[in-house]
Amino acid sequence: MVTAPHAAAASTPSDGLDGLDPAWSRLVHVPRTDGVGRTWHVLDNQVDDAHLTLLCVHGNPSWSYLFRNLVRRAPVGVRVIAVDQLEMGFSERSGRLRRLPTRVDDLCELTDELGLDGQIVTVAHDWGGPISLGWAQRHLGQLAGVVLMNTAVHQPEGSPAPGLIRLTRSRPMLQNVTVKTASFIRGALEMSHPRPVAEVRRGFLAPYLTADRRAAIAEFVADIPLDPDHPSAAALDGIAAGLGLLSDVPTLLLWGSKDKVFSDRYLHDLEHRLPHAKVHRYPGAGHFVSEDVDAVGAIVDWLGVLGRGSAPVPAEHRSSTLLETHGELGDQLAVAESTGLAGSISFSQFAGSVETTAAGLAGAGVSPGDRVALMVPPGVDLAVSLYACWRAGAVIVLIDSGLGPSGISAAIKAADPAYLIGIPKALAAARTLRWPGRRICTGPMPATQRKVLRVIGDLSELRSAPGHLPAPPTPEDVAAVVFTSGSTGPSKGVVYSHGQLEAQRDALTKLYDITTDDRLVAAFAPFALYGPAIGISSVVPDMDVAAPGTLTARALGDAAVAADATMVFASPAALANVVRTATELTAEHRAAFSAVRLLLSAGAPVRPSLLRAAAELFPNATAHTPYGMTECLPVASISLAGIDAAVGGDGVCVGFPLVDVDVQIRVLDALGRATGELTGEPGLVGEVVVRAPHARSGYDRLWHTEFAASQPDGWHSTGDVGHLDELGQLWIGGRVSHVISTPDGPVTPVRIEQAIEGLEGVASAAVVGVGPPGLQRIVAVIQPVSAPRSPRSAALDIVDAVRAAVVGVDISAVFEVPALPVDRRHNSKIDRTRVAGWASAALAGGRLRKL
Amino acid sequence: MKILVTGASSMIGRHTVARLLARGDEVTTLQRNPTGSPTGETRVNEVLGSVSDAATIDRACDGQDAVVHLAAKVGVTGAWPEYERTNVTGTALLIEGAGRAGVGVFVHVSSPAVAHAGAALVGAGAEPADPSSTRGHYATSKAIAERHALAASSAEMPIVAIRPHLVWGPGDTQLVGRIIERARQGRLALVGSGTALIDTTYVDNAADALVAALDRCDELGGRAFVVSNGEPRTVHELVARMIAAAGLEWSPRHVPVSVAKGGGSLVERFWDRTGRTEDPPMTSFLAEQLSTAHWFDQRDTRAALHWTPAVSLAEGFARLGEWFRSCDS
Repeated sequence: MVTAPHAAAASTPSDGLDGLDPAWSRLVHVPRTDGVGRTWHVLDNQVDDAHLTLLCVHGNPSWSYLFRNLVRRAPVGVRVIAVDQLEMGFSERSGRLRRLPTRVDDLCELTDELGLDGQIVTVAHDWGGPISLGWAQRHLGQLAGVVLMNTAVHQPEGSPAPGLIRLTRSRPMLQNVTVKTASFIRGALEMSHPRPVAEVRRGFLAPYLTADRRAAIAEFVADIPLDPDHPSAAALDGIAAGLGLLSDVPTLLLWGSKDKVFSDRYLHDLEHRLPHAKVHRYPGAGHFVSEDVDAVGAIVDWLGVLGRGSAPVPAEHRSSTLLETHGELGDQLAVAESTGLAGSISFSQFAGSVETTAAGLAGAGVSPGDRVALMVPPGVDLAVSLYACWRAGAVIVLIDSGLGPSGISAAIKAADPAYLIGIPKALAAARTLRWPGRRICTGPMPATQRKVLRVIGDLSELRSAPGHLPAPPTPEDVAAVVFTSGSTGPSKGVVYSHGQLEAQRDALTKLYDITTDDRLVAAFAPFALYGPAIGISSVVPDMDVAAPGTLTARALGDAAVAADATMVFASPAALANVVRTATELTAEHRAAFSAVRLLLSAGAPVRPSLLRAAAELFPNATAHTPYGMTECLPVASISLAGIDAAVGGDGVCVGFPLVDVDVQIRVLDALGRATGELTGEPGLVGEVVVRAPHARSGYDRLWHTEFAASQPDGWHSTGDVGHLDELGQLWIGGRVSHVISTPDGPVTPVRIEQAIEGLEGVASAAVVGVGPPGLQRIVAVIQPVSAPRSPRSAALDIVDAVRAAVVGVDISAVFEVPALPVDRRHNSKIDRTRVAGWASAALAGGRLRKL
Repeated sequence: MKILVTGASSMIGRHTVARLLARGDEVTTLQRNPTGSPTGETRVNEVLGSVSDAATIDRACDGQDAVVHLAAKVGVTGAWPEYERTNVTGTALLIEGAGRAGVGVFVHVSSPAVAHAGAALVGAGAEPADPSSTRGHYATSKAIAERHALAASSAEMPIVAIRPHLVWGPGDTQLVGRIIERARQGRLALVGSGTALIDTTYVDNAADALVAALDRCDELGGRAFVVSNGEPRTVHELVARMIAAAGLEWSPRHVPVSVAKGGGSLVERFWDRTGRTEDPPMTSFLAEQLSTAHWFDQRDTRAALHWTPAVSLAEGFARLGEWFRSCDS
């Protein structure tokens, strides 16, 4: 046993620690503790008549300093008490060894002494977690909520003990690392992302400057029960087992997923034990999550809605209609791949295959609510796997292959699927990149490879070992977590229920008058997946889905012939290549194209010129393009004729909102921030906010993001800026984050870009703001048709032409660049944030760098 | 109203006098040398002498309702005492004299250079003048003068400081004159990329702003305002437009900032030592001015002065072109 003979009285921190107000510090003597009385140092904002008190408990090696920003940002009427545990921080050094049960007792005695008898929310980090939960379980009557950050109550089954802890615990290391030097504290801080600034590092180290003040750090490390016979193991197990008592207590888990000690594994263990918890996982943050990201903001917002339960969704007690896959259509083609090896399946085969595959999945252990990632290209296998997962009650995880290996890795680690169904290439990547999920292969695989990739079976094998199928999912059950290309930021997992996907299917069916007489060529995957649920044949053309720009006119033509298509869905990038390669179309292709009634461009904004050129290949089709986002698609839709007829608005007209979609505008303030009230009044410019039966239910493990995007409750803030016109059509002027806040008010970029792009010799243009909010100057950056070799100031005649084309705003500068940065996926969305950064540097007088 | 204008022979001084006369004010000018009536007007009383001479000042201030103080030693070379005598002492004496004479309002013409040195100015406001951070004798002396002037503002004689940024227009021998002269000699090069965003002020607008400040002086005493056209442009564009207005051809050459600053310092020292008085072709001060952003927040200025620029840059360059053509013919 490690004991520290060093006794020292409690004290208050020295003045001048960054972010700490000396007025918050107080010493609290608890006469009962240890029979002789002990003194604590606590931070306490000492709010009178508080309606709520936050009891904040730090871990090791830390102190109440960790909660300084929470004390500072405490909402009105909320008292915050952040303790320094005994032997830690500036609290008393008694020299006594304090194991977990003792520490829980200590905390209970402290709160008794403080007379805290009102509503309390515990907030804890690291090994403060079990201590606060131990306290919580003894104070259920006044427990209003629980916040946990990077902590644990249990060593998940089969997981190795955190290597760093084991290493630190080893006999030669423990005293050296934790006591004799400040390495343990410094090391913990170094794991922050980014590294804390010097003032903050000084703050964390302040109570631990000498070895005798650090004695308890070693004891704390030694008290982690890595083995069942550890003296604190029983107490920790008791606390873990008692979490069931908290099932009605609002709980928030905030997690830095780059924590080397408390990895995602511990998050998932806690999620399993506290299934009602709201979760925000910060992919870029480390162990000290509240130092790395705005976890305090999340706590403050969560407190704001504490106790305000969301209205329960009335349960419908019926099965999801997504599972009605129209077996009655018999031999009619359900899904086909127009690859060289043309796989195809009829509706009756499809229904049977879904049922047997679902049973096979159940036999392999897939249970309702389990997540299954599908890494299968569009076609028969994907359609069967997807509907089979749904039938088995599983939640499918779909990740856009356009995210690239690192993006896919990030998404799949965030989603943490229990199973992964994939083609061999995907399973190989899963092994190399250590993706979670038990691996299932779509088709047979050589035994050696199976062993190497740790594949538990292929789909046909699973079918031969069926399990018992549960009742089908209901509309309230979660159906999917979808990660899209993330061209406007890091990809987020968007959560959909069966009911919401049913509504999306119905919205599309109604919007485009889709009937069972229709046959679809699906070069844009997401909508194609509804084919079986609508009862229409779908054919996937031969293309690399990760690179839609590879779709050739010939491949599309072959698919149209194979399907006898009435509808063609494709992304703008795919359509652009089809137009480019149109000369290779045969008479048969052209005949098939003449039979198409609907051409749909989806997935990204399409230029009218491209839609027009594509439409010319389909002489009898109406060309449409929907507006929407992963979180709500479609919001509106417009035909080519509608685009031609829409003039005079600010930006791009995206058509009339669907009947079931409410569109409102959150008006911009003078600085271009979307802070105003919602309005439906025509002409007012602001953030587009939508509500629809087919809108997302939330973001996966991103509670704070979801909260911010869901104001008011039930609505989705799109991040797009736009306005409604007198007719009720919606116009989009860019992203809210790209609004230019000039001295004359906010200006949206798209209208100006379009005016400039109308000039001869201009291939594309980006319009960005430079300077502080409220004073920004407008800068145009042009990619000319005959592009210069390096960026340059535009000649006077070009500057004059640009200013003449843009009425009512002052363009401060015009540059010409070889190429504007665009997102890799759609090749169309200009990265205005990057352009703005580049232009700022240039106009500050820096060198004209490469863009 | 009876108004004394010092430094009336400068470009902005001539425009200001013309405006005051046009609206019926009675104008007295104070300057060292007789210039004749600057605008062909005969209604101007000329007082000859220096702003650093108390007797001259008393004579000039006698009976005036208002003062517009433009007189200053401008430049990048020369010894400190010259700047101090005209800009610091001269301003102090003039304020004293105006006070003695019972002048009611006082507009002190200053420069944005009194508050900033070195860093890029991006949407900057009118920060307090700070002689300790200025660069060059001109800016330092003007900073001291402005601080003194604003501190001397009182209910009896409110003083407002106006800081026009880079004033230019037809007949401008400073900015436009030098650029054109160098372009004609084929010696014009841009410092760095020439993409620094710079505010400038067309001379008519600067004169309007001074008159507006005169009219609002009562409520604005003790405050300073930067004045510009509010249409910042890159150095590249400004230079190109001036050259185009003069009917010259130009393809931009670029000099690295470091070379220009280094070269500027050398030239400055060389000029000092040889005692030459005309300004050198490039100084480190100018190199910095032309290689870092200098543009300003005009919202307060416009609201407080109830003034907006009447002549846009585009119109200003058109007028500059006409003027060059009229000179040629």
